[in-house]
Amino acid sequence: MPDAAPHALPDAAHHSLSQPTQAEVALAHQFDSLEQQRDATTLGMWVFLVTEVLFFGGLFTVYSVYRSSYPEAFAAASHELDILLGTINTVVLITSSLTMALAVHAAKVGQRKALIAFLVVTMLLGSAFLGIKSVEYYHKFVEHHVPGPGFQFEQEYFRHAQLFFSLYFMMTGLHALHMVIGVGIMLWMVAWAWRGTITAEYYSPIEISGLYWHFVDIVWIFLFPLLYLLGRHAH
Amino acid sequence: MSSTVLSPPRHYLNDGYGVKSWLLTRDHKRIALLYLAGVTFFFFVGGAMAVLIRLELATPPGDLVSDETYNKLFTMHGVMMVFFFLIPAIPAVIGNFLVPIMIGAKDLALPKINLLSWYIYMVGGLFTLYALIAGGVDTGWTFYAPFSTASSTTNVIPTALGIFITGFSSILTGLNFIVTIHRMRAPGMTWFRMPLFLWSIYATSLINVLGTPVIAITILLVAAERLFHFGFFNPALGGDPVLFQHLFWFYSHPAVYIMVLPAMGVISELVAAGCRKPVFGYTFVAFASLAIAVVGFLVWGHHMFVAGESVYAALIFSILSFIVAVPSAVKVFNWTATMYQGAVSWETPMLYAYGFIGLFTIGGLTGLFLAAIGIDVHVTDTYFVIAHFHYIMVGGTIMGYLGGLHFWWPKMTGRLYNEGLAKVSAVIIFVGFNLTFFPQFSLGYLGMPRRYHAYPPEFQVLNVLSSAGASILGIGYLIPMIYLMWSLRYGRLAGSNPWGAVGLEWTTTSPPPTENFETTPVVTWEAYDYGSTVEGHVA
Amino acid sequence: MRTDSAHHIIPTRVYYTIFGLLIFCTFLTVQISFLDLGPLNAVAALGIAVFKATLVVLFFMHAWYSPRLTWVVVLGSVFWLGILLAMTMTDYVTRVWRTYG
Repeated sequence: MPDAAPHALPDAAHHSLSQPTQAEVALAHQFDSLEQQRDATTLGMWVFLVTEVLFFGGLFTVYSVYRSSYPEAFAAASHELDILLGTINTVVLITSSLTMALAVHAAKVGQRKALIAFLVVTMLLGSAFLGIKSVEYYHKFVEHHVPGPGFQFEQEYFRHAQLFFSLYFMMTGLHALHMVIGVGIMLWMVAWAWRGTITAEYYSPIEISGLYWHFVDIVWIFLFPLLYLLGRHAH
Repeated sequence: MSSTVLSPPRHYLNDGYGVKSWLLTRDHKRIALLYLAGVTFFFFVGGAMAVLIRLELATPPGDLVSDETYNKLFTMHGVMMVFFFLIPAIPAVIGNFLVPIMIGAKDLALPKINLLSWYIYMVGGLFTLYALIAGGVDTGWTFYAPFSTASSTTNVIPTALGIFITGFSSILTGLNFIVTIHRMRAPGMTWFRMPLFLWSIYATSLINVLGTPVIAITILLVAAERLFHFGFFNPALGGDPVLFQHLFWFYSHPAVYIMVLPAMGVISELVAAGCRKPVFGYTFVAFASLAIAVVGFLVWGHHMFVAGESVYAALIFSILSFIVAVPSAVKVFNWTATMYQGAVSWETPMLYAYGFIGLFTIGGLTGLFLAAIGIDVHVTDTYFVIAHFHYIMVGGTIMGYLGGLHFWWPKMTGRLYNEGLAKVSAVIIFVGFNLTFFPQFSLGYLGMPRRYHAYPPEFQVLNVLSSAGASILGIGYLIPMIYLMWSLRYGRLAGSNPWGAVGLEWTTTSPPPTENFETTPVVTWEAYDYGSTVEGHVA
Repeated sequence: MRTDSAHHIIPTRVYYTIFGLLIFCTFLTVQISFLDLGPLNAVAALGIAVFKATLVVLFFMHAWYSPRLTWVVVLGSVFWLGILLAMTMTDYVTRVWRTYG
């Protein structure tokens, strides 16, 4: 329940389209307190993540249907993915989640330099992930595992392996797109932190960016076993 | 309405002039009007398609347009009406305007996101319109695979992209409403003091947030299949076209509740105000809204009884489809009980409310027929289904929308419309609607398939009745456009509470000030507190 | 679960501990995948993934320290995904024919 006390600056608190510069005018006019604003924007990001769960969830559904229908073909196709690169990428992404959490922490205690440093490291790790992904995609292209006219695979599993790789590219591609957006958001947050917009009172932009970033990490936590670890023991 | 009613000196409509003050507004009330312009435009595009369809179907041979063109007509009719009118109309117009006011807030939680929602909606709509103008799309609004993914040579991807973009508008609006209702209620406005319209909007927003992403990914899968030949729905690669239908209907069935729940919310408000009584069984109606939203996600397979899903899955979906009717029925009973021994009025919004209750009941009952697999096998993909869903969407949602528009028009604009013309239009709409769609139940039962531009001569009489009804309905929709626009300039001033209704929106001026209230209200009375003795609260 | 969401500061050692657990679980799931456990392979892999995701949600995303509404939102999204998966799979596992492709 919002408290009824009116905030101190009725009209000056009205946002312009550019970023606020002081914590006092960071309060938007529709809110009665910074706490209400923080609660509302955090809830908003959580609700947005719900939509992302269902968005990726559709792909997981497609995966479940075909994995259960064509287990051997999927295992054989999965075996063609590079487990070393996949594992490295998993570690990279988990580490970036750590640095993101540390960035939020730095924001809450007002350590501007640490905040910027952790944000930059998170961006670097995210970019490293995307770099390694590109290498993997290149390998798939060279090995003729890209679905379409040039696709090549052992005869027994030809059709269904193509389905696996369609899912592989669709799921990791969508994930990579979310990573790119995430890196963009980090850049924006670095700019805000640099400008001194983020303070120990007004840090919710960092917090909700962190929620988004962790979510993208969680998607990969599921993608990795589903795509890479299926056929390891069989061959 | 005394002759000494004055317009408030400062309100949201004169708080800043010029195109920029509208296109860059953060005010939820102005954004509601921006949406009003958008949904009205797309409604008439979809309506134009309907006119051509009914014109073609007035004679048995396919003599007005080719079969391919006819496919494009009903596709665009469905796409425009479903995605660009029915889904956004009540939430984005009436909801946007009222949600903050009804909870006593100054605006939604995220006003800039609200404006972004509108821009996304317009971009998506114009994109889809482009697809129409550039040659159209012929897959039906349901764009089933493998026709949409492998065979159709029309503008599938631009249309799909337009719908994909607009989906984000639904998601952001739903998100905004959820956050607002949770976090921005005025002091004393507990959940169970909220008007039932807000419960409906909240339930609708849950569906928006949970369902829309699934159609978004489905659209991407269709586009990927068309572009990259991925094969998710292609049997040649081991894909299953029915999987498309699972993903599509997982959203599109709850989507019909996105369309009808807000209308039900409007009806609750109209019935309470029209009968000057609290809605009977408030708690039941509130929970029924949530139940419809939840159970509505469990029934999508009833669109696929003959598509190839397993008979066991069909059984489960059928049983759940019977269950989902229960909360809707609870609402109809409660509205009726509210009217019992109430001071029933015959003003225009109430005419729409009565129309809704009757027509929604018919539509809902025929839905139960379709939920029974034995019947569905015979009437699926016939005009029976078309009649069923038009009874709900047009007889239900559009009546609710028009009723709400008329009820809150004085609040939104500060003006009264011509009551005589409005009553006549409501009756014309009711008559035209029934003449259009009731014969279609018979047509479907007799076996006329849907989406056919030509039919055997023995169906002509019923088709002619339907087309005649459509022309009457069209006129009925045009008249309000005229008198509502006219009232903006020449209508009598409304005053803050022309209906004598109870609700926070009626305690502020018409039109309201930009920040909605002079001071934040503190709520100490229950919803629909007619005949109240609470200190300071005048019913 | 703590609901004193005065947005108190979580000590960084919590983050490092969770990080260590996540890396360990990653190592574990890769090693298990090289063993042939039949259907248990999928159970183990998904179980570990769920455990890792739970750690991220609870501690990196601060759900452990968040209001009850956040929990409802998180569990609700998982439940809804469950509806999509379970009811779709109900169709596929009960089909008598499996020759659609």
